[in-house]
Amino acid sequence: MTTIALTHVLILASILFVIGFVGVIVRKNTLFMLMSLEVMLNAVGVAFIGAGSAWQQADGQVMFILILTLAAAEVAVGLALLINMQRRYRSLDIDILARMRG
Amino acid sequence: MSLLALLPFYPLISFLILISFGKKLSWQLASTISIGAMLLSAGSSAVLINQLGNSESQLITAHLWSWFSLTTTQGSATINVAFYLDALSAVMIAVVTGVGLLIHIYAAAYMKSDENFSRFMAYMNLFIVAMLILVLADNLVLLYLGWEGVGLCSFLLIGFWYQEKANVLAARKAFIVTRIGDTSMAIGLFLLFKSLAQLTIVDVNQAAQLSWKIGDADAYWIALLLLGGAVGKSAQLPLQTWLPDAMAGPTPVSALIHAATMVTAGVYLIARMHEVFLLAPEVMTYTAWLGALTLLLAGVAALAQHDIKRVLAYSTMSQIGYMMLALGAGAWSAGVFHLMTHAFFKALLFLTAGSVILALHHQQNLFKMGGLFKKLPVESLLFIIGLYCLVALPGSSGFFSKEAIIAELWSSPTAGQGLWYCAILGALLTSIYSCRLFFLAFLGKARGNSNLEQHQDGHQENSSQGHLLRLPLILLALLSLFGGLISLDLSSVFSSAIATQAQTNFINEPSWLHTVAIVTPFIGIVFSWFYFKSYRENSCDNIKSSTGAISTFCKSGLGFDRLYQYVLVRPYCCIAKINRRDIIDQVLMLSAWYTKLWYEVLSASQNGSLRWYAAVIGIGVVGLAGVVAL
Amino acid sequence: MMITLLMVGLLLSGALAWYVEGKKVHSARWVALVSTVFLLVYFVLSIIFSSQQNYSELTVLTRVTWIDAFHIEYALAIDYLSIVLLMLTLFLAIICVLVSWHEIQEKAGFYYFNLLAAIAGIVGVFCAVDLFLFFFFWEVMLLPMTALIAIWGHEHRQFAAIKFFIFTQVSSLLMLVAIISTAYFHYQAVGQLSFYYQDWLALDIPLELASYLMFGFFIAFAVKLPSVPVHSWLPDAHTQAPTAGSVLLAGVLLKTGAYGLIRFVIFLFPEASHQFAPVAAVLAVVSILYGAKMAFAQTDFKRLVAYSSISHMGFVMLAVFSFNEIAYQGAIVTLIAHGLSSAALFSLAGMIYSRIHSRDLNDMGGFFKSAPRMGGFALAFAGAAFGLPGLANFIGEFFSLVGAFSAFPVLVVFAAFGLIGSAIYGMVLFQTTFQGPATATLSDLSLREIIISASLLMLLIIFGLFPNIILQYSHYIGVVL
Repeated sequence: MTTIALTHVLILASILFVIGFVGVIVRKNTLFMLMSLEVMLNAVGVAFIGAGSAWQQADGQVMFILILTLAAAEVAVGLALLINMQRRYRSLDIDILARMRG
Repeated sequence: MSLLALLPFYPLISFLILISFGKKLSWQLASTISIGAMLLSAGSSAVLINQLGNSESQLITAHLWSWFSLTTTQGSATINVAFYLDALSAVMIAVVTGVGLLIHIYAAAYMKSDENFSRFMAYMNLFIVAMLILVLADNLVLLYLGWEGVGLCSFLLIGFWYQEKANVLAARKAFIVTRIGDTSMAIGLFLLFKSLAQLTIVDVNQAAQLSWKIGDADAYWIALLLLGGAVGKSAQLPLQTWLPDAMAGPTPVSALIHAATMVTAGVYLIARMHEVFLLAPEVMTYTAWLGALTLLLAGVAALAQHDIKRVLAYSTMSQIGYMMLALGAGAWSAGVFHLMTHAFFKALLFLTAGSVILALHHQQNLFKMGGLFKKLPVESLLFIIGLYCLVALPGSSGFFSKEAIIAELWSSPTAGQGLWYCAILGALLTSIYSCRLFFLAFLGKARGNSNLEQHQDGHQENSSQGHLLRLPLILLALLSLFGGLISLDLSSVFSSAIATQAQTNFINEPSWLHTVAIVTPFIGIVFSWFYFKSYRENSCDNIKSSTGAISTFCKSGLGFDRLYQYVLVRPYCCIAKINRRDIIDQVLMLSAWYTKLWYEVLSASQNGSLRWYAAVIGIGVVGLAGVVAL
Repeated sequence: MMITLLMVGLLLSGALAWYVEGKKVHSARWVALVSTVFLLVYFVLSIIFSSQQNYSELTVLTRVTWIDAFHIEYALAIDYLSIVLLMLTLFLAIICVLVSWHEIQEKAGFYYFNLLAAIAGIVGVFCAVDLFLFFFFWEVMLLPMTALIAIWGHEHRQFAAIKFFIFTQVSSLLMLVAIISTAYFHYQAVGQLSFYYQDWLALDIPLELASYLMFGFFIAFAVKLPSVPVHSWLPDAHTQAPTAGSVLLAGVLLKTGAYGLIRFVIFLFPEASHQFAPVAAVLAVVSILYGAKMAFAQTDFKRLVAYSSISHMGFVMLAVFSFNEIAYQGAIVTLIAHGLSSAALFSLAGMIYSRIHSRDLNDMGGFFKSAPRMGGFALAFAGAAFGLPGLANFIGEFFSLVGAFSAFPVLVVFAAFGLIGSAIYGMVLFQTTFQGPATATLSDLSLREIIISASLLMLLIIFGLFPNIILQYSHYIGVVL
């Protein structure tokens, strides 16, 4: 099959990363923030796959599995926190949680 | 302890007793203590002067203790608390203790009803202590101590009735204006020490003659600075503005301090330091001109005054101008002689004025007086005697001293013809304002002394007070009339000066000089007789004081007060007020403001919002990456 | 040993006062009074009966290794300069205790502890000859002082205490840098790190480096002195401090700055100071005139006296940087005289404050009628402030100006205008408070207050008329310019 140039993969990865990052910053709803975080993680994963493919090594795929595991764990904790927040504050607006101000 | 050493201690002890036990002492006890101390001092002075006359060296000294030593790389000069009595100091202590004693007796009667009587007599005694130290000091630092001491006592006495704001301000003004003169003198002392490494007067004179030629720059500056000091204390141009306001003090104070003694301290200083002044002839000319200008200025101002004491104050200023003129012209003995005679008749005038004021229930405005010749005959006679001497009519002590001065002016190397004319004009002015004073107060119709009658009854009750008031006046009157016959032999003091003077050529003087000098006061009297006719006559009920611009200008002392107010006082107060919060502090507090600003910025950035933190992390990473890439 | 005992004695009595106050109210002040009097007497007696009679050179009393790794020692030494200043300190300690007798009601025990600890620190400052130890005591004397201002001061005490603390700290840090650099230089020159003063005296530092080192020290002492332009901590600190705090600050703390200038700046770096002298002299004259002008402008009694302190210490700096015997003697006498006279003026301010609870001059006037004794003392102390001859301040100012005149004639002419300025603010202070129409009726001085005022005035008069008591022990052993 035709190999995709590493550059293209990295560009895709960075665009996805930026989209995810902007999403984290811009979205107020915690659930959407978590989803944007997922996008960021997946973008990193794409970057790793591409790199592994470019250098013909399996390490890229291994890293992706690591990232997947990490994402899963993080989502579990994150969703637990989210449910707690919903119970406490009756809203998922992240800006409510601003008591640790300087 | 020798008699000389003890001389200032009698009034000092009296001061300490009066100030400690003040209110608890009765009038009799307090006056006895203070007058007793003065008697002891006056008696000691008389004995000392007698001893001096009989002594070989014309000198008596007393060493009390060694004050301090000034050590330079060249050696060390020891400044002692020591007294030095020669002919010049003898004249001074005679005036200070003699006239002082008479004024103390008068003051005891005058201030009898004042509730702070002890405090008043205490301050008077302290003043005498300081004045004696001033004239007896054998070195300039001890003289400076006396100098400042009399300044402080003058302050305390002018502001004696301190509840009135006007008196407080007058006292402050006197102190600060004289302080300016004192600073000039202090700088002169520094320069003197740097130049000659001596501050004891005898050593200074010796070293000056050895080290300096005539016209030496050091001599010039030192003499000029000492002149500055003298000008402040003696209320001459340009530091004369404090003297008229000083009349806010009780009349005995005006007589003692502002006529007979403190204001003559400047004259004493110049006479004492005559060796230095002889080496700086330009400064002697300045002295003469300053004296002449003050003489004329004060004379003109005296013509426009409303208050009896202010006329006398300007008169004092004018007469001291004569003394300065004499010293500047090199007529040292004449100047000191005039100092002595002036003390007599000016004290007489002030104290008589005091009696008049007391009799009129504290009325001092000339335009509310009049016709006192009939009501107060004794006081009028005494006043006439005083004015007779002031105007220097023939036979009085004032005549002898003034003529002695004027005689030396024409041919003096440092004075000259212009100054002679000034002196004659001054004599004319003196006679005119004296006549004006006399006519307004004593002749003419009685204006506004309705309360005179009531007070005269009260007057008869305290006859002892009346006697106490009259006795010093009579003695002073006798001294004023016959004091001119006292011959002062100051040749031992001014020996070198007399040597220089012998070379002065008196031959080229015009013959009419003496005649004109004698006749001038009479011209003035005749002029005043006609010009102030309205004041004399019985017909005018209400004489209005002139309110024209020139008159007001003269009344205010020829505008000097205004000038100093605008040039010195207002700017200083303005700068002080503007910078009250200290601009340097404000600049340094900018750093605190800056820190606070950063505090606010940084604490605003800790707003607790997660999205904000994430954004900052992102921007930071991008920034770092950019820095690394570059 | 004696000095260590002195310091330990002060600290222990402070601790004792703190403890005892908890048991019985008003007992702390008695403990403090007894201990300060006892320690002053002890010090005077040990000096008189010491085996060594001549203290014109520095006499080392203690020298013990402290921190071996950096060769830091616990070294104390005294000479006439330190003895004179120590006597002033211990005498003013008694005055401080007497002045706070009724003023301090809350936490009195802790207050006397702080007071005595500050004095202990000051004693250490005057005696330390190991520079690290000196710096240690320099900081130690600051902390209780800040506490005194911050806890028992007046309305803006927090601000004043923080300002005081930071100002002094920043300047001390510069001094620390200089100390460490000099120690390091010593290491490079001799091969061993040393903080000992006598070792440093023997060093030969190149002018370039010495200028920077001297400047570091100078900054710290100029802030303490204080000198324009780093003087602005003083008015706030003095005004907001409790009366004893002001007395201690004006009477003693300022003298540590002058002491440092003499002991370290002039003697450790002579050529550098000679080079710097014109600048220092100009700053001194500016302090004299600026202080006098600012004093005149104030409406707060204590603030006025605070600015007058700045003016007087200008004379000290001018004298110290003139490098001759007369000026040096003038500086020493001014230190003593100013210590006594400003202590007296601040005590007076405290006495007035305790009666009318205001420091504002507009609230005062005509007090002479109801309190003539207080008025009399006030006039005497105002006279000290403007250099009335017969009091010690005149001797100090006269000597300083005569001595400085041979080095800086033009500057001294300007400085002499300070004499006029001081007369202006001195008289304005006295007249606004005690003369004019009466605004309030005051009770006259109590016995305790008479003791304070009379003892201070007595000393001022004695030193004014017999200055040889101080002068014979103050001789300049440096290089004459």
